[in-house]
Amino acid sequence: MTSVDTTISLPATPDRREAPAIDVAHLVKFYKKTRAVDDISFSIARGSITGLLGGNGAGKTTTIAMIMGLVLPSSGRIEVLGHPMPDESTEVLGRMNFESPYVDMPARLTVRQNLTIFGRLYSVGNLPARIERLAADLDLGEFLDRANGKLSAGQKTRVALAKALINQPELLLLDEPTASLDPDTADWIRQHLATYRKENGATILLASHNMLEVERLCDRVIIMKRGRIEDDDSPEAIMARYNRTTLEEVFLDVTRGRVQEAAS
Amino acid sequence: MLELLYWPALQIVTWGFLQNYISQNAGFFARAGGTLIGAVILWDILFRGQLGFSISFLEEMWARNLGNLMMSPLKPIEFLISLMAMSLIRLAIGVIPMTLLAMIFFGFNLYGIGFPLIAFFCNLIFTSWSVGIFVSGLVLRYGLGAESIVWTLMFGMMPLACIYYPVTVLPDWLQVVAWSLPPTYVFEGMRSLLMEHVFRADLMVDALAINVVPITISFAIFLMLLRSARQHGSLIQTGE
Repeated sequence: MTSVDTTISLPATPDRREAPAIDVAHLVKFYKKTRAVDDISFSIARGSITGLLGGNGAGKTTTIAMIMGLVLPSSGRIEVLGHPMPDESTEVLGRMNFESPYVDMPARLTVRQNLTIFGRLYSVGNLPARIERLAADLDLGEFLDRANGKLSAGQKTRVALAKALINQPELLLLDEPTASLDPDTADWIRQHLATYRKENGATILLASHNMLEVERLCDRVIIMKRGRIEDDDSPEAIMARYNRTTLEEVFLDVTRGRVQEAAS
Repeated sequence: MLELLYWPALQIVTWGFLQNYISQNAGFFARAGGTLIGAVILWDILFRGQLGFSISFLEEMWARNLGNLMMSPLKPIEFLISLMAMSLIRLAIGVIPMTLLAMIFFGFNLYGIGFPLIAFFCNLIFTSWSVGIFVSGLVLRYGLGAESIVWTLMFGMMPLACIYYPVTVLPDWLQVVAWSLPPTYVFEGMRSLLMEHVFRADLMVDALAINVVPITISFAIFLMLLRSARQHGSLIQTGE
């Protein structure tokens, strides 16, 4: 597995607004009596890759869904690219995109048809050329005219990523982008994400269970547990603080409640 | 259990009223002039218009594509308009062959009705979209567990819309309810046209005016249920 180049290349014409890509303050989400997200606050700088780490039920998916506007917060404030969500979602939805294992695309339509539909929804100019470019970048050419339902898991993930990149988003939200992929394909996806960020100055927020992925790809890690933020720093700083050599060891310390002991 | 009771109850009520009507009108069959076939076709426009709308919506749910759409710049009103367009396409595929069969085998030419057919069609399709928008909102909010309402709700209108018999067959108090439904005006208008050769434009205008209410309410309810779905996290739990 190769390492990923995470050098940041800012866009030629930076956005005039200085607002962070994502700004979340005192975010709370209740599902009935269950507190899925419990008063979290964080800001994500433009052009960065941030990993949202946590076990099952930590609140990662709910947090990302709230940022996307698919779930409404119970309280708190979310700003995306300087616009409050969901009130001004129409201002930013065309500038962001996402990939998640919880969604899929129509199985009977071909990959090209699906990408064409989403390209039109995002008002992508010169769409055929954009699809061809994505097909080349993500190696979709072989199955571009095959029905989405007939693809393997790895192929579907690449198609989902192509859909997420169709509008060249400034902000990319990824929920488990390499789940159920073999190590080679997963590494290949990570490489592509790093290249995309470098070439476009895009901001990426990804939720993952894969510690190695986060360690190699992300500038910053936010560790969540039971809806709260347990730690927030660069992977190196977090590992140093817990006196561990891998994020996986840190993650186990946090999830198993050995935080105080390890940090001390 | 509810569904087991629902269909037989509706059938007996509908055809029971028809039986009453036939018994009260000795010359019915001589004067009927294709009203039953016309009623069947117009009912199909109403029912399949709603099904076309709802199935197009359900297909997005089954495909787990709704999250992609709701996260895109697509506005709810644009999404609903696209479902309306899909319902027209599905309707055309289903109903046009049906009208041709009626023409070939029973000599009933629906298109011979002319301009009134446009008025009938518009009023029926507006009602079918109202029901389609409402039930899609319910499925959006409550998930595929609420799917059965897609297939059953329109049938609740069947006995009251007086598809196969005139409104006068109903008890007085039920006639008030029947006249609150736009399809009732269409089916009454169809009988007037086919049996008395009179196009009741007043009925069509009334139906159109009444149609404004359900379509507005259903759209408002859809937006309310969409918001509720976002509050309850239903949009990230959709799919088979």
